[in-house]
Amino acid sequence: MSRDSLSPDTGAGTEDANTAVESASEERELAAARRLSSAPEDGVGHVGGPSPEITQPSLGPLGWLRWFWRQLTSMRVALLLLFLLSLAAIPGSMIPQETQSPARVAQFHTDHTKLAPIYDKLDMFHVFSSWWFAAIYILLFVSLAGCILPRSWQFAQALRARPPRAPRRLDRMPAHLSWTTSAEDAETALALGRKVLGARRFRLSAPGAEGAAADSVAAEKGYLREAGNLVFHIALFGLLFAVASGSLWGATGTKLMPVGSGFANTLTQYDDFNHGPLYTVDDLGDFSLTLNSFTAKFAQSGPERGTATEFKARVTYRENGTGKPHGAVIQVNDPLDINGEKVFLVSHGYSPRVTVRDAHGNVVYRGASAFLPYDNNLSSKGVFKIPDGYRNKAGKKEQIGLEGIFLPTFAGASMQTGMASAFPAMENPALLLTAYHGDLNMDGGIPQSVYQLDHTYLKQYQGANKQPLAQKLGIGDTMKLPNGEGSITLDGVDQWASFTISHNPGTGLALWSAVAAILGLMGSLFVQRRRVWVRARDNADGTVSVEVAGLGRSESARIGGEVADVAKQLQKALPPRA
Amino acid sequence: MANETLAQLSNWLIYSAIAVYLLAFFAYCAEWVWGGRSRVAVQSAALVGAANESAEEKVLVGAGVGGSGRAGKGAAAGGGVDDAKLEALLAEESDDDGDVSGGNERADMFGRMAVSLTVLAFVLHLASVVARGMSVHRAPWGNMYEFSLAVTLVAAGVYLGFALRGKGRWLGIFMMLAVLTTLGVAVTELYTASAQLVPALHSYWLIIHVSAAIVSFGALHVGFISAVLYLFKDSREKRVAAGREGGRLGAMLDRLPSAASLDKTAYRVNAVIFPLWTFAIICGAIWAENAWGHYWQWDPKETWAFITWVAYAAYLHARSTAGWKGRRAAYISLVAFACFIFNYYLVNIFFNSMHSYAGV
Repeated sequence: MSRDSLSPDTGAGTEDANTAVESASEERELAAARRLSSAPEDGVGHVGGPSPEITQPSLGPLGWLRWFWRQLTSMRVALLLLFLLSLAAIPGSMIPQETQSPARVAQFHTDHTKLAPIYDKLDMFHVFSSWWFAAIYILLFVSLAGCILPRSWQFAQALRARPPRAPRRLDRMPAHLSWTTSAEDAETALALGRKVLGARRFRLSAPGAEGAAADSVAAEKGYLREAGNLVFHIALFGLLFAVASGSLWGATGTKLMPVGSGFANTLTQYDDFNHGPLYTVDDLGDFSLTLNSFTAKFAQSGPERGTATEFKARVTYRENGTGKPHGAVIQVNDPLDINGEKVFLVSHGYSPRVTVRDAHGNVVYRGASAFLPYDNNLSSKGVFKIPDGYRNKAGKKEQIGLEGIFLPTFAGASMQTGMASAFPAMENPALLLTAYHGDLNMDGGIPQSVYQLDHTYLKQYQGANKQPLAQKLGIGDTMKLPNGEGSITLDGVDQWASFTISHNPGTGLALWSAVAAILGLMGSLFVQRRRVWVRARDNADGTVSVEVAGLGRSESARIGGEVADVAKQLQKALPPRA
Repeated sequence: MANETLAQLSNWLIYSAIAVYLLAFFAYCAEWVWGGRSRVAVQSAALVGAANESAEEKVLVGAGVGGSGRAGKGAAAGGGVDDAKLEALLAEESDDDGDVSGGNERADMFGRMAVSLTVLAFVLHLASVVARGMSVHRAPWGNMYEFSLAVTLVAAGVYLGFALRGKGRWLGIFMMLAVLTTLGVAVTELYTASAQLVPALHSYWLIIHVSAAIVSFGALHVGFISAVLYLFKDSREKRVAAGREGGRLGAMLDRLPSAASLDKTAYRVNAVIFPLWTFAIICGAIWAENAWGHYWQWDPKETWAFITWVAYAAYLHARSTAGWKGRRAAYISLVAFACFIFNYYLVNIFFNSMHSYAGV
């Protein structure tokens, strides 16, 4: 008798000894069937728990290390880490996060003065970059690596190996059929079995073996299951690297551009710029951009009146600074890609354009200023700063600050809402304006917001009734400063659009890893790993006993159908004896 | 601009569908009630209980071949393999399907009526979704109301996929309950008049990403129901094995498929949907990359999609971990489905998310 390496008992043992070995190997097979190991894990690598030898204490430091490693790479711990990972993600969705909504984090700090410092200590405002979240996923990935590496090795060996020989008692397999035929002899029947199984793309045991294996053929199929499983898990590493490289080398900046203005991609031109620790200024793409026009369309009627239906920014861009100009349209969901730097349209608004005259009738300012919207109908706030040129009636130099609310569609002031726009498009534009004079405090060395006035050294102009001066201006209207100190005219309203420019390396790797993960997952969940055996023996009366048996090595394998199909095919040449 | 006539038609159709689903629900109830009066039900219950243990071990119970070594040999010695044995092997293996009607003819009639009514309701439901889509010239899943309609359509469709092949009628009553609840919430709480979408949703990814999520969510209902029933049935089988009799509820459980079979159904659905759910998340990431410049920003919706994904991954792993198979794995799948529900209702409505297109 010849055996594969799994059964050391070669040679001709007694029948009893053989039976013992046989039943041991059968038990193994049946255990494999019973385990019906499900989906991703086939019960190899990740073992179900600590085996007896490693629960023994007094192992020394190396022993403990080994113990720790076994624990970490066990399926049970992997499962625990998966639970922890999902639990740890929950606060990230409940508590405002610094990276997504800094304003809400600040609000949280003012609202919960006791809780916020505790949260701060626990990194609750940075859950996804906190040490404890990182600890969980790093442990998980180490555990994964500890599982995947040996399994890849085992799989590589399995790919080179032949299926183990047939068990002695095929009738104990979960699917089994047998019949006797007198059509051919056993050898021919077996050759036929090999042919049928081979045609069904099974991998076959080596032919021409002696002894017990000689009367049977073992076949296995569905290696793609384990391959898919490994591909899926390896792809997860790809995703990890992609995400990591994105956060290390990535950068995002925002830029608000009035229509007609230009932008060169240098650090100083950004309103706001965030980058990863390994990002350098050299990574900035070399291009410039001009916003030619912006159009926004809104639903004019119906229940969702005022909801935007279209945003379109028409731009011209040049690569490498002086290159040929290209026209492009940037829309929501349709960014402009300039050599890997992506330009996204993120928001838009209005820029009222005014002319300011001083007490002597000289034009001291003519320009537009971007107002930031604060509601869905684009009611917006903003300021104008006129630091130079203005002289008052007495001929003295003063700085002027204008503060205003712009309403694209003015529909009367209401007691409840105060001044609010009724529609996001300009149907009845109005600028509610007030004016200050004095010192804008722009030389104080403290950077100032371009959207706010510093009122420290400013005095508001008073109207005739000693009330603060304020006036609603339509396009073309002029507000006169008291006592002939000058005037402000609303010449028109421009539009602006703001863009996010992002450099996100690793996106391609992430995409391909994701595709590989899905394909691997499909392999590991949909491919059935199974074994089929055919045995043919000459009987004393000249007939031949044929047996077909099968075993599913994966959960919910449909092995019965497979066995029946093989038997049907065989019976065409080896009809059962009547 | 929305076509108001078609939108109105869609509303009428969905109300009709709800009415017919309700009738179907009552018919399933009748099937359970009349089935419970049958004497056969009690007997078959005892049989099923006894067969379960071996059903798990041997794939071919009842086929007469290989089921027991000696019997198989005897048959082999006696002659060839007859077609019946082959067909038995080829037939769906060990998926006993329970017997809700308990062999009672009237109950069976109600059961068949219920399936027919479900088909009718499904057709009305489908027509409603199509009319809604035609009224706005876009995929009809742009807000929570439309999403709920689409998810229940898939859930009902998956159930009918089973029922029309003569299987899984035991799912019917529970599926109707889920569909009616979801539709009820949709028409009363989530209703949004038919309208165009904001530019952020003008993308073909809306079709791909959201439809993958819809099919996943709809089909996972079957996995969820099967897992819940598995837990009840498993307890019941253990009680019977210990020689204890259950009450009236126990007798009802006897008419369900075996615990092993319920567990398998749950696993199959969850395992088939898991790659699709992965696909849905990845499509979402690609879309986010296109729309916001980042494929993953830990927006609450993304976070909960991730949590749901990890929970289902844990379920699949648990099934092959010693000590976690069976009941514990089933509990994990229930938690995973609960995460899905949470992600849909609570995150959409109460969380400050960039996915706030709920329209409520």
